[in-house]
Amino acid sequence: MTPKNATLLALAILIALSPIFFPSSFYYRVGALIFVNALAVTGIVILTGWAGQISLGHAGFAGIGAYACALAPVHLGLHPALAVLLGALISAVLAWLVGRPILRLKGYYLAVASLGMGILISMVLNNERDLTRGPDGIDVPELGLRALLKDAGLDLSNGQFWYFFCGIVLILGAWLALNLRDSATGRALRALHGSEVAAKTVGMDVARLKLQAFVISAVYASISGSLLALQNKFITPDVAGFMHSVEMVTMAVLGGVGSVAGAIFGAAVLTLLPQVLTVFAEYEQLVLGLVMVLVMIFLREGVVPSILRKIRGRGE
Amino acid sequence: MSELLQFLLSGVTVGAVYALVALGFTIIYNASDVVNFAQGEFVMLGGMITVAAYAAGAPLPLAALVAIVVTAALGVAMNKLTIEPARGAPVVSLVIITIGASIFIRGAAQLIFGKQIHTYPAFSGDDPIRILGATILPQSLWVIAGSVAVFIGLWLFFTRTLLGRAVLATSNNRLAAQLVGINTTFVMTLSFALSAGIGALAGVLVTPITMTSYDVGLAFALKGFAAAMLGGMGNPKGALVGGFLLGLLEGLTAGYISSQYKDAAAFIVILAVLFFLPQGLFGRKSTDRV
Amino acid sequence: MKTFLTTTALIALALPAMAEIKLGASISATGPAAFLGDPELKTLEMLVEDLNAKGGINGEEVVLVAYDDNGDPNKARTFATRLVEDDEVVAIIGGTTTGTSMSILAVAEDAEIPFISLAGAIDIIDPVKPFTFKTPHTDRMACQKIFEDMQNRGFTKVGMISGTDGFGASMQAQCKSVAPDYGIEIVADETYDPKDADMTAQLTKIRGVEGVQAILNPGFGQGPSIVTRNVKQLAIDLPFYQSHGVASDGFIDLAGADAAEGVRLPGTALLVADLLAEDDPQKPVVDAYKAMFEAKTGTPVGTFGGYAHDAFLIMTDAIARAGSAEPAAIRDAIEATTGLAGTTGVYTFTAEDHLGLDLTAFRMLEIKGGKWTLVQ
Repeated sequence: MTPKNATLLALAILIALSPIFFPSSFYYRVGALIFVNALAVTGIVILTGWAGQISLGHAGFAGIGAYACALAPVHLGLHPALAVLLGALISAVLAWLVGRPILRLKGYYLAVASLGMGILISMVLNNERDLTRGPDGIDVPELGLRALLKDAGLDLSNGQFWYFFCGIVLILGAWLALNLRDSATGRALRALHGSEVAAKTVGMDVARLKLQAFVISAVYASISGSLLALQNKFITPDVAGFMHSVEMVTMAVLGGVGSVAGAIFGAAVLTLLPQVLTVFAEYEQLVLGLVMVLVMIFLREGVVPSILRKIRGRGE
Repeated sequence: MSELLQFLLSGVTVGAVYALVALGFTIIYNASDVVNFAQGEFVMLGGMITVAAYAAGAPLPLAALVAIVVTAALGVAMNKLTIEPARGAPVVSLVIITIGASIFIRGAAQLIFGKQIHTYPAFSGDDPIRILGATILPQSLWVIAGSVAVFIGLWLFFTRTLLGRAVLATSNNRLAAQLVGINTTFVMTLSFALSAGIGALAGVLVTPITMTSYDVGLAFALKGFAAAMLGGMGNPKGALVGGFLLGLLEGLTAGYISSQYKDAAAFIVILAVLFFLPQGLFGRKSTDRV
Repeated sequence: MKTFLTTTALIALALPAMAEIKLGASISATGPAAFLGDPELKTLEMLVEDLNAKGGINGEEVVLVAYDDNGDPNKARTFATRLVEDDEVVAIIGGTTTGTSMSILAVAEDAEIPFISLAGAIDIIDPVKPFTFKTPHTDRMACQKIFEDMQNRGFTKVGMISGTDGFGASMQAQCKSVAPDYGIEIVADETYDPKDADMTAQLTKIRGVEGVQAILNPGFGQGPSIVTRNVKQLAIDLPFYQSHGVASDGFIDLAGADAAEGVRLPGTALLVADLLAEDDPQKPVVDAYKAMFEAKTGTPVGTFGGYAHDAFLIMTDAIARAGSAEPAAIRDAIEATTGLAGTTGVYTFTAEDHLGLDLTAFRMLEIKGGKWTLVQ
């Protein structure tokens, strides 16, 4: 079996069998959150791990996806499912507009540009009160899929439904990402990460490749934001905040920014962290910062690739 | 007329704060190409340590001195404990490290100092100075003087001293710098001490105006970073001009367009600068490293 | 050995069910709303300890399961789910901000668990939801109280400068919507970011508006202190109103007694404990809470800690009267609360009113000589 299929199969088994061990239905909620975050982080893997660019404004795309689900059904009469696609489309167009001039430059300008873009998006969501209802947040319509499943004879609790639904979307997202990695574009991207100059020399359109990665990763973040909004049936501008962007990058880096499995691992760890540290909530920031620094120093490729390397190294 | 002047003075007050924070960014960036996202935490530490020392009974100048020295020492510790061990890691990793360090420092400050908002008396009282019907606080003059003094100091340092040129050389090509006998490890240590000290000085000077609490660092870092980008990262002149320009822009936007979107103005300009003038207003030409 | 372990485990499992009442809390003790949430959490922890030292409720110990939601509505929803599904609490207190409260109430209503919110927005209890209550005045009431005072002083043109945080933005919107009821026109509507260093540009703009008679500043944290100092810096000689968001001695310290002189705001009995009449129904509870909190934490009491105090008071009073820790019974008992004196006001809930306070609970305060005084 190829490593790609192994990753997907392991993921599917993990998602399907974990509920057996859940002590209460609260864990479905945590699971669903992990999957939503992992989806966004998979996008970061494509952008940062493969194309070598950092974005410090990806939460802005999550904000667009989330508010598309809140607003489009009310103002445009769209079904929430179509609103998800609309959000993804807007995010992609925006990413293209911002990325096109920036990604022609060499260096870390995308970090700065995306930072500014993310802050602008969150500012609009906060300030345009007549539309978004401001910092207090806005209700999001029901997706309606659970009711459909119920009619079809599959009766899931709310927690169960979102757990499995987000799980399936994550598997799809991981599958697409892994296919992309093995495609010509993916190979070119990774070559470019190795040496941009070398990539240019052999005639690759470096700027276009980076732009593609940015747009794709924006769509991942947008859909993740939509899923969060639909699941909570309520959303506030916090979803687009700077700290959320940093959180996404941290998750990716922690697990291993070059690997989809690592992304999912990183998302799981950081989503669970506040749940594990509840007694030490005061220390949560301290621990988070420490973990980020330590991983970057001692496990530079992230936890998952570093461990895999150790295991393989021993096997050989 | 006096309205316009007040908008300008408001802009200058805010701009001086941004300039001082932006200046702190330049040194570490010059020495290592790393944008140190913990720079805002140095500003916070400057203010908070002064508050703590002042509350413990130290006279204000001594409290301020303690804050600057302690923060500079913490800057060196940050370099030794986080940046040095990660030498050779890609810049992406180094940026993440500085973000992690900033979250760590903020978390520690919250535990040590609590979550209250603090301030201490302005250095020269609170009686506003009147200029043609507009006013400015004496403390703002302290901040302006501070940013200009730091700028001149840095400018002399980078152009007139061997050490300053060594810092620039290290940034341009670490290996070459080592080959000509520059102790790059020392250069990094020095850069962090200076950056942290300047950050702390900013905190000391601005706290009587802005007040301080454990979580003010991020806002300072973002605005200071924006100012530094606007002027051109790594250039003290750029940081100074970028800071004041950003402040004036905000003051005028708040006055004439919309106070709700005054912060947007700053970031829109940043995006515009990136689109059309990616090196910033005074940026150095990029050196393509292969 | 193994049997021993199993037995102790069983006892550990069985005991709490008999003599424990589990209360849940999700509070923003860290994050952007920490300024509000920190005293709230400290208050709850202190009160639980005190209550248990006095023998709990009807002899049963109260256990507080408190989580810090960071001010993040998404986290608040997760913690609320955890409180309901995993910790199996009988009731929830919390929701420091409107966003977190809206998240928690959705979970509480689904699970039919009583929830007392500590946040301001009117949307939380209007329309009335069966299991959701709240202790603070709505921000709409704060606006009404302020405009009432302005009306008495004959002001009709008011300039507003609001924080863009949830608290400031929500109150800004409510004030704009109730102003016409008091014959008041909002002639200037400026905002500032909570972390801004200088608001003289906005204030200069307000001063320049023709005929403006008073200024109102909804917000919390350091922003209002800076605005207050800037008003003095610009020597703006207009009556200046703050909101209940800064109703704490800390505000006078930060803004400086000099700059804060003459500032009016709608506050609660808590701030003027020593000015309350001896027969004031709130006097005993206000004195007791103030003494206990200040001795315990060394920081002055504020309105927000008071909200948590009142929520805990209402909750424990209801559980005692219900004589049972069944969520539905607690809910019914809360709704039947009448004339319960808290630090914020005297609460009387009904099926139609899940706030239980009216405007009389607010007291118009004025800062004179660095002290809070009552406006007669």
